[in-house]
Amino acid sequence: MNALQLKDWLFSRSTGFLLGLVMLVPLAIGLGLTIQSLPIIKNVGLGELVWGTNWSPMRGEFGFRAFIVGSLWVTVLSFLISAPISLFSALYITQYGSPRLLRMVHPVIDILAGLPSVVYGVWGILMVVPAVSFVGACLGIETSGYSVLAGALVLSVMTIPFVLHMLMEAFRNTPPELKEVALSLGASYWSAVKLVVRQALPAVFSAYTLGLSKAFGETIAVLMVAGNLVQIPTNPFMAGYPLPALIANNYGEMMSIPSYSSAMMFGALLLLIIVMGFNATARYIILKTSAK
Amino acid sequence: MNSLRKFIRQFEERVALRIMQLSFALIVLVLGAILFTVLSKGLPSVTWEIISQPPQGGYHFGGDGGILNAIVGSLALALGAALLAFLVSLPVALLMNIHLANRKKTLLGVRFVLDVLWGVPSIVYGAFAFTLMIYLGFRASLLAGIVTVTFLIIPIMLRAMDEALQGVPKALMEASTALGATKTQIAWTVYLRSAAPGLITAVMLAFGRGIGDAASVLFTAGYTDYIPTSLGQPVATLPLAIFFQLGSPVPEVRERAYAAAVVLTFLILIISLTSRRLSRVKS
Repeated sequence: MNALQLKDWLFSRSTGFLLGLVMLVPLAIGLGLTIQSLPIIKNVGLGELVWGTNWSPMRGEFGFRAFIVGSLWVTVLSFLISAPISLFSALYITQYGSPRLLRMVHPVIDILAGLPSVVYGVWGILMVVPAVSFVGACLGIETSGYSVLAGALVLSVMTIPFVLHMLMEAFRNTPPELKEVALSLGASYWSAVKLVVRQALPAVFSAYTLGLSKAFGETIAVLMVAGNLVQIPTNPFMAGYPLPALIANNYGEMMSIPSYSSAMMFGALLLLIIVMGFNATARYIILKTSAK
Repeated sequence: MNSLRKFIRQFEERVALRIMQLSFALIVLVLGAILFTVLSKGLPSVTWEIISQPPQGGYHFGGDGGILNAIVGSLALALGAALLAFLVSLPVALLMNIHLANRKKTLLGVRFVLDVLWGVPSIVYGAFAFTLMIYLGFRASLLAGIVTVTFLIIPIMLRAMDEALQGVPKALMEASTALGATKTQIAWTVYLRSAAPGLITAVMLAFGRGIGDAASVLFTAGYTDYIPTSLGQPVATLPLAIFFQLGSPVPEVRERAYAAAVVLTFLILIISLTSRRLSRVKS
């Protein structure tokens, strides 16, 4: 074995080891959080933790229902708002837009996607919260504006560039022959476009799923506008307390009350499981459809 | 009958087109609204004092000083994390695309795990790093923050580098192999050079993410009014400076949060534009 081969061997072995370590990260995170949340699971019970309604850490009552429902509110609402907008925009840009538009859109999407979530939060406080409060007042609903609706609006603006990017990729990856054949058979442009959408359906589905999981885990921006009251919102103008916001808000106090920190780690574990489930599903669909 | 159907079809197409144009206009409008709101509210408060001084006495009640501690803190944190992540990502990405190039199944698995990791919320990284920190007896510090952000940006940087390396023409590999080069030589000379623009973009992307992320360092970096002088000291970051100051009842302090938001936005814009420029010049 000469020096070059030795170098080759050393590099591939040591880097292979490094790669192995990176692959172990999800396992380590899951395991670490599980170990930390075991005490609270033993004390309170899994069912009571996940779906219990009582939340008072001082008395040792940890029911996460309000936070899970709060997370569902902002995530589902933001999905309802952003899904059609990103779908139609992606279609417009890829199917109707000129190449010049396409070139201009990319930097804009990149910038939107790169803006830190705290900046979105600042915008939310300055613009979305007053707007929600105004609309609420017009409808005769008493609201401070800090609400699950405000959280959902900020979230949809944050997820749109992310989802839009993936949707554009999906539509551009459909075979061009599909549209050409449909048009040559006399189909209108719009029905040809609908064929493109049908062809890209799995990719659209996974883009949406990834968007949902991003929304579900988003922390700072939501924390800034969602109101953070421990209650189960019954309308979008009420304040809610999403799970990530709970974890972020309690990092200071959680060390002082026994089992509080364990409960927070359980919250993080819950978040990890839900988001990873979403992600794995979406990525699996992408893998399956791109392999064909 | 036929003409009615034709009318409906044309009507549907026209409505669809309008909806599409409207959605697109909405997105552009919202981007404009975000930049306009943040800039118009924050720019008037951006003064030389704010970006050149750390907080002085009574800062949190409206006293003198600025956010230099957070600017320096964010840069130090993101630079450290980007460097660490680079040291891991570059060799691993090269290995994946050269040494493991023929093991399709392994690569599929690796990319799958990386993509799933990419989606893990930063607050989860923060919580995990926090437990790790407690377990190892670390305090909230610049070092702990750097390690946390490194975890967060490795999947981002690695996956972006991987994409860049996948674009290198296979013929280069064949030609170099025919000339008798080892895989490691090919990796560090041919591939590194021809994928350089993409690799730089990957680093910048991860660096930007590191600067902007707040949730992961909330637990681990601590917060301080001073500029850290060693890795063991707590450190302030721009996103957290914005977040904490916005919660203040004092109007002057809130003004500074808006100013800090402008500074952060500009930093991100500069990074994004630079990486765009760099990748274009090279390619």
